[in-house]
Amino acid sequence: MDLQIALLLGQDGVTNGAIYALLALALVLVFAVTRVIFIPQGEFVALGALSLASLQADRLPGTVWLLLAMGALIALIDGSTALRERRYRRLPLILLVNCGAPLLLAATLLAVSSAGLPLPVQVLLALMLVVPLGPMLYRLAYQPVAEASVLVLLIVSVAVHVTLIGLGLFFFGAEGSRTPAFTDVSFEVGDTTLQGQTVLVLVASVLLIVGLYFFFERTLYGKALRATAMNRTGARLMGISANLAGMLSFTLAAAIGAFSGILISPITTIYYDSGFLIGLKGFVGAIIGGLASYPVAAAGAVLVGLLESYSSFWASAFKEVIVFTLIIPVLLWRSLKTQHVEEG
Amino acid sequence: MKRSAWSTLLLLLFVGALVVAPLVLPEFHITLLNYIGLYAIVALGLVMLTGVGGLTSFGQAAFAGLGAYASAYLTTAYGVSPWLTLPTGLLVTAVVALTLGLVTLRLSGHFLPLGTIAWGISLYYLFGNLDALGGHTGITGIPPLHVLDREIRSGREFFYLIWAVLLVLILATRNLLDSREGRAIRALKGGSVMAEAMGVHTPRSKIVVFTVAALYAGVSGWLYAHLQRFVNPTPFSLTQGIEYLFMAVVGGVSHVWGAILGAGLITVLRQWLQDWLPRLLGESGNFEMIVFGLLMILVLQRARDGIWPMLQRFFPQRVVRARTEGVASLARRPRPEPGSILLEVTDASKHFGGLVANDRVSFRVRASEIMALIGPNGAGKSTLFNGVSGVDPLTSGSVSFRGERVESLPARHIARLGMSRTFQHVRLLPAMSVIENVAIGAHLRGRKSFIAAACRADREEDARLLHEAAMQIERCGLHEQMYEAAGSLPLGKQRLVEIARALAADPCLLLLDEPAAGLRYLEKQALADLLRRLRGEGIGILLVEHDMDFVMGLADRVLVMEFGRKLAAGLPEEIQRNPAVVEAYLGGVE
Repeated sequence: MDLQIALLLGQDGVTNGAIYALLALALVLVFAVTRVIFIPQGEFVALGALSLASLQADRLPGTVWLLLAMGALIALIDGSTALRERRYRRLPLILLVNCGAPLLLAATLLAVSSAGLPLPVQVLLALMLVVPLGPMLYRLAYQPVAEASVLVLLIVSVAVHVTLIGLGLFFFGAEGSRTPAFTDVSFEVGDTTLQGQTVLVLVASVLLIVGLYFFFERTLYGKALRATAMNRTGARLMGISANLAGMLSFTLAAAIGAFSGILISPITTIYYDSGFLIGLKGFVGAIIGGLASYPVAAAGAVLVGLLESYSSFWASAFKEVIVFTLIIPVLLWRSLKTQHVEEG
Repeated sequence: MKRSAWSTLLLLLFVGALVVAPLVLPEFHITLLNYIGLYAIVALGLVMLTGVGGLTSFGQAAFAGLGAYASAYLTTAYGVSPWLTLPTGLLVTAVVALTLGLVTLRLSGHFLPLGTIAWGISLYYLFGNLDALGGHTGITGIPPLHVLDREIRSGREFFYLIWAVLLVLILATRNLLDSREGRAIRALKGGSVMAEAMGVHTPRSKIVVFTVAALYAGVSGWLYAHLQRFVNPTPFSLTQGIEYLFMAVVGGVSHVWGAILGAGLITVLRQWLQDWLPRLLGESGNFEMIVFGLLMILVLQRARDGIWPMLQRFFPQRVVRARTEGVASLARRPRPEPGSILLEVTDASKHFGGLVANDRVSFRVRASEIMALIGPNGAGKSTLFNGVSGVDPLTSGSVSFRGERVESLPARHIARLGMSRTFQHVRLLPAMSVIENVAIGAHLRGRKSFIAAACRADREEDARLLHEAAMQIERCGLHEQMYEAAGSLPLGKQRLVEIARALAADPCLLLLDEPAAGLRYLEKQALADLLRRLRGEGIGILLVEHDMDFVMGLADRVLVMEFGRKLAAGLPEEIQRNPAVVEAYLGGVE
């Protein structure tokens, strides 16, 4: 390996690592607020990327049907509850949010030719399709069991994961997609070329992390989420609804996932099941941070990206083996750091 | 006996059906039943791990893969007999499971399943990329099994082998769960604090149950390799590992028969879905996973215990009963000399961050003495209990118990020395009967291993443990509730169960945290009588209590705490007259 290859691999590693870092942050956030180990995080990466690819190919993304179906289901559940409780005034809002908005979006997509739209609009449409799935998922799958043990929530997560993988295959087929690069710019740095897309991923990731920081430090909702993460009961006593906190954290996680997918789809081909491995690598990062520390999780995720990139050079067939076996020494290290046996 | 006769009859009917099945069923159904049997073996391990032990794993398919690949490789590359590759494969499986268990057991419960996900993926890729293991094409030409010079080639012959193994494992698992070590495993689900305080080595129990579950999967993998006579990585993927967990949860994760039910349901459902979904959706793919995922979410939301409990009422319930006649009592530890010092606490301090919960508290408890620890709420009484009993070690200070320094020992070691306790917030296993809960207290008084329990070589000892539990239950006046579920008792009675459990350990020092709370007047009197009798037997008692009438009429000496500090100590009459104590309780005039 010469310096040029080393730099190239490093660039690859940091780019992927930045994505893993974003996912790791989302995973830590969701776990802290809801105790859900969000295995389906990666599926949002794939759904985001593939929805964008569908839009660019002028196809109607299958996620529209998922959005409509989940919206209708929520409207049915919440609507019947409102009817039973004779709170008729809530009905219009329930219908509007869960059925009206998705229908409007679907109608728009049917009416216009999405391939001709400028890229930012396409990205926005893809996000509008995928991000609402996050809170809807929380409402349908997690909220009814929100008080259950971490173990039960984890099994629910895995069930959601296999469901979404199956739906992904149904919606987008087994072929992968790669979207065109956002920018063709490239920079010459010494002997190597720095791709504009790489820079874009890094800048976007950093901006997103800074944005999240301000969200948590400066806004009321961000503070509410932090309060819930620290003490669920205490936050509830202060009037912060656990359901709201759950939905909010799932919205953020879905947004981070979908946006990450959109960022990397010009760099790697995304298949319906690619998201899972990407998300799990974020997980390895998050576990390095003990599912608790944001900075350590982000740093760990970058480390995972670098390890992956260099091991693909040395032993490409064993890339996944190496990355996922890393978790053993990491867990050992965390285990030695833990002083007491925690209560499950 | 009627109940157990009915139970045996059902089992015989089931075995009879299994014997007849290959003679009458078509080939296709035999194949399906073979797979159900193989899956059920893995799911049975998960029942033990998840439903009973409260841990979980998504990597069971990878463990099955270890068993399968070990045998496939050794038989094809070196011509080793399959009967030798079974123990080898199990050894490999055990080593991996032990490593994974040792690495994660000190962390919270969810790190183990996350570890098994990562491990499941990496093993899958390893199988697929090692040339020695045939890469993604796998290994072909695995020799068939021989039993007594007879080749087992056909599915019908294999059927008997698979289901015989499954039945043996089910019986062994049932035996294990209904034993001293089994009760220790079941105690894990209620959190490790209580189990540790009763002397259970919880990390060891966790590792054992995880390893046993992995070994079951290994056995299933070995059978699979010789049934199929070829292996490739696909059936050992993470997806399959997830499906195993689905089987256990859908069937009923807390019941051994739920494993067969779940394996059967999921296998038949998949068969059916694979026929219908492509017609419905117009293309083929792994679409049954969508249905499984949705089914799983629904089961977890609506019927978390799975489907077996719904059928269970048609089957006889097993009730663990204590035998009364012909059971020798357990050996008791020598009583301490009356008046000798049992417990000496010196300068005990406990800090939680900046909060000082205990500040240099010192006191002694002697044998044949009841010492009461009183003080307003938040005075640090329970914290002191936790520090003394090793549940939550002190920040500084020393505790010596029967002449031995114990402040840095884990709770289970202190329990072994003869200190036993109850908890302010009752820590019972609500679904287990009172007698089984109390028998956990006698954990340290038995020594039979897991293996002895699985093959019922522990019955004599277990009868003695249950007999002891029954005696302590009667002593605490709970004989009428002995076989009821502990969770169905009113709170006051549950506290008495805690006392019975502590007594089952044959302690010389008893730590009681608010034992009289929730008891009625007559029950309190009965409790006071019991404590006096225990004192007469030479036991030292340290008790936290808020009921002053109860305390002052019973205690030999009283220690008063306020804001984490010792406020006063002395005879009950002195304490009642102590102005500082009166002020702490009633408030003084500024």
